[in-house]
Amino acid sequence: MTARVKYDDVEVGTEIPAQTYHIDRANLVMYAGASGDFNPIHWRESFAKAVGLPDVIAHGMYTMAQAGRFVTDWAGDPGAVVDYGVRFSAPVVVPDEGGATLEVSGKIEEKLEDNKVVVALTARAADQKVLTRAKAVVRLA
Amino acid sequence: MAPHGPAPPFDLEGADRMAINRDFIGRTFPPTEPYEVSRVKIREFADAIGDPNPLYRDAEAAKAAGYPDVIAPPTFPIVVSLGNPALADPELGIDFAMVVHGEQRFEYTRPMRAGDVVTCTSTITDIKSIGRNEKLTVETEIATVEGELICKTYNTLVERGA
Repeated sequence: MTARVKYDDVEVGTEIPAQTYHIDRANLVMYAGASGDFNPIHWRESFAKAVGLPDVIAHGMYTMAQAGRFVTDWAGDPGAVVDYGVRFSAPVVVPDEGGATLEVSGKIEEKLEDNKVVVALTARAADQKVLTRAKAVVRLA
Repeated sequence: MAPHGPAPPFDLEGADRMAINRDFIGRTFPPTEPYEVSRVKIREFADAIGDPNPLYRDAEAAKAAGYPDVIAPPTFPIVVSLGNPALADPELGIDFAMVVHGEQRFEYTRPMRAGDVVTCTSTITDIKSIGRNEKLTVETEIATVEGELICKTYNTLVERGA
């Protein structure tokens, strides 16, 4: 499969419209089970607070997965992603009531050879950047 | 991020923690036991991240897209790459109650897919202090048992200072 987006149709600076993703405690419990990361900071409030966190926080990899989905939904083919990296700059705090909202947006930062582009990603929750240096290299059609 | 398996004994005291053992810098661990990637596990993971993409759950859709079987989301390799007993070695001295994930990167040769039988070979490439925190970086090569490299992962863990 190849990507749905054509290399010739994007320029440096082309923006990918923002998407929002809701996160609640049930998502984190499912993610713990699926990933095998059962650290209680991701599901037990008393424990999270006892180790100095404001509340239960999302797995960094859960947040990275949402930003990854943002890229694969845009590109159309998950196999078009050839490199994907992030730095976790702030935790996504997930209160019992109401959960959290993650907003992800992207911009073409660089066009490389071989139809590849660098997508710079921005991810925010509660008015804070939760990922920095978040970039995906995607091979477009 | 804790390694896989039973939850480690989380230590709420934490006061007597030692620095992470620098002797582990540069250490490469033997390949892990083969892990067989299944359709069920990929679907479970896709469900957990809330991604309805048919390529993660429908073998026919995946074949129509040119893949031999369902493929896994880009972050799925974390499921196998952190099954590494290396980080659980008590000699390393990590207090997982104080660990947060610092950075993560994947370099892909191709998407992981159902039917792959893979092993992870990890190397601890760096351990250093940043202020009151300790930072540990692990590089892992995930390859099929036939020797095909699927991806390399770069994982940085931060142990928060008390």
